[in-house]
Amino acid sequence: MQILSSFALALPSAVEQGLLYAVMALGVMITYLVLDFPDLTVDGSFPLGAVVSARLILAGTNPLLAMAASALAGALAGLVTGLIHVKLKVRDLFSGIIVMTALYSINLRLAGDSALLSLPRTSITLLRNNPVADILPRGYSTLIIALFAVFAVKVLLDLFFKTRAGFLLRAAGDNPQMVTALARDKGQVKILGLMIANALVALSGGLVAQEQRMFEISMGTGAMVLSLASVILGVNLLGKIEKMSVTLKVIIGAVLYKISVAFAIACGLKPGDLKVVTAALFLLILAAGLFPKGGKKHAGP
Amino acid sequence: MLALERIHLTYNPGTVREMGLFRDFSLDVPQGQYLSVVGSNGSGKTSMLNLLCGSLMPDAGRVLMAGKDITGQSEHVRARNIGRIHQNPAMGSCAGMSILENLALSGSKQKKMNLLPAVDRKQVARYKEMLAPLGLGLENMLEARAGNLSGGQRQALALIMAAMTPISCLILDEHTAALDPKTADTIMHLTDSLIHEKGITAIMVTHNLRYALDYGNRIVMMHQGQIVLDESDENKQALRLEKVLGLFNEISVECGN
Repeated sequence: MQILSSFALALPSAVEQGLLYAVMALGVMITYLVLDFPDLTVDGSFPLGAVVSARLILAGTNPLLAMAASALAGALAGLVTGLIHVKLKVRDLFSGIIVMTALYSINLRLAGDSALLSLPRTSITLLRNNPVADILPRGYSTLIIALFAVFAVKVLLDLFFKTRAGFLLRAAGDNPQMVTALARDKGQVKILGLMIANALVALSGGLVAQEQRMFEISMGTGAMVLSLASVILGVNLLGKIEKMSVTLKVIIGAVLYKISVAFAIACGLKPGDLKVVTAALFLLILAAGLFPKGGKKHAGP
Repeated sequence: MLALERIHLTYNPGTVREMGLFRDFSLDVPQGQYLSVVGSNGSGKTSMLNLLCGSLMPDAGRVLMAGKDITGQSEHVRARNIGRIHQNPAMGSCAGMSILENLALSGSKQKKMNLLPAVDRKQVARYKEMLAPLGLGLENMLEARAGNLSGGQRQALALIMAAMTPISCLILDEHTAALDPKTADTIMHLTDSLIHEKGITAIMVTHNLRYALDYGNRIVMMHQGQIVLDESDENKQALRLEKVLGLFNEISVECGN
């Protein structure tokens, strides 16, 4: 009974968290499902987005501008990974690891050589102390703003996948030979995909930093696995529903993931144990062959 | 139109698997020619196509297009003028995208990569007109995913997609080899009409000697990186299948096939 009541208490916050992390899962969906690229940059670009937003909010910048800056920083990180992979011909996994490792130091520098940045309760963020949050019903404002933010990203992404650039991105993951046949540089298309994906990941980092009013240097550890788990959960669980777009499945997957985490904590697990739970869950899904190999089956929404 | 000039090519140089394929190999395919290439496995047919398309770089020699040296040009730049159809029908379209989306994708070939809608609904009538003459029913299933099509349907789609935007050369790499005989005939017929209708220079590699003789105005037989038979126009028409088959068996025995 106690488990259930503490789970019920944690549920609203789990849903909010899931929505904010869903933006990151959408980014990972682009690299992994669409481009078939295991991009570990994510573990560095998520905290990058967080530190950029946290610093700018501390300096009194408009939260929307701070979000844009986070996304831009993420896009830059994706650009570097892409250039390393395409121009220097370094393997995809290694390109991401190189940038992720470098980002650890860069994030630390951006945070002013501090592993932890806290925003005061009074700071104006996208989710609190702003005119929109003030008129929304108390207790639900974060949820409503998070929902709005995620669905704005989802709709924009769905629209993007219907444009010429979006088609090329889908083609690059579906059949790279087609991109060459269309007289395009495969590498350029990959770089574009990595930039958009990491922009979304950093945007998610910025959102989480604004919601939790903090940046912490290790907040990106396991971000890639967490996102993949969300993508897998959504795509597999809701795979049968043909009418539902992949983007919506991924969002639901991220929320379900966070809800399961809340349940695990309610059952008595410590937050520190969660990475091993995520790893075990991820292994289980891979070993059971539930995840399609490569991005072929789900190219595009 | 397309030419290989004094090409040298060695695979795995400096290793025990070193294999010299081309030594001073030249081939000139004039504008408007439809060339069939036959030869045993390992004779260098596909390597020759790869050299022309830019997926393989020669150790020495030049690749020319319309008299211009394109040896250093990358594959995707050459693809502006060269269309290529592969043996595997899956290579020519995107499995996860619908027929309509695939057509829109190749329709945007020479256009900018921007944020305009990829599918232009006004083009649907034009797409249907392109697909209807194939007689495969593709025009009534524009929303079907390319991955769900049969091999023949998919190869036909690949051909239509490759020739949708203006190209000057078409490279056919055993493009009927994975199809049943009847479907192969249909695809050959479609290929032939596309080439004539658009006045494209074409190079077709095939293991089907009958197709090599029936289609095109020049035939080349390759063996161990060299041309052992090269006949055009009337001389080609005068060739009998038995003679070509005899020559083919001779060289095949020689290399142990």
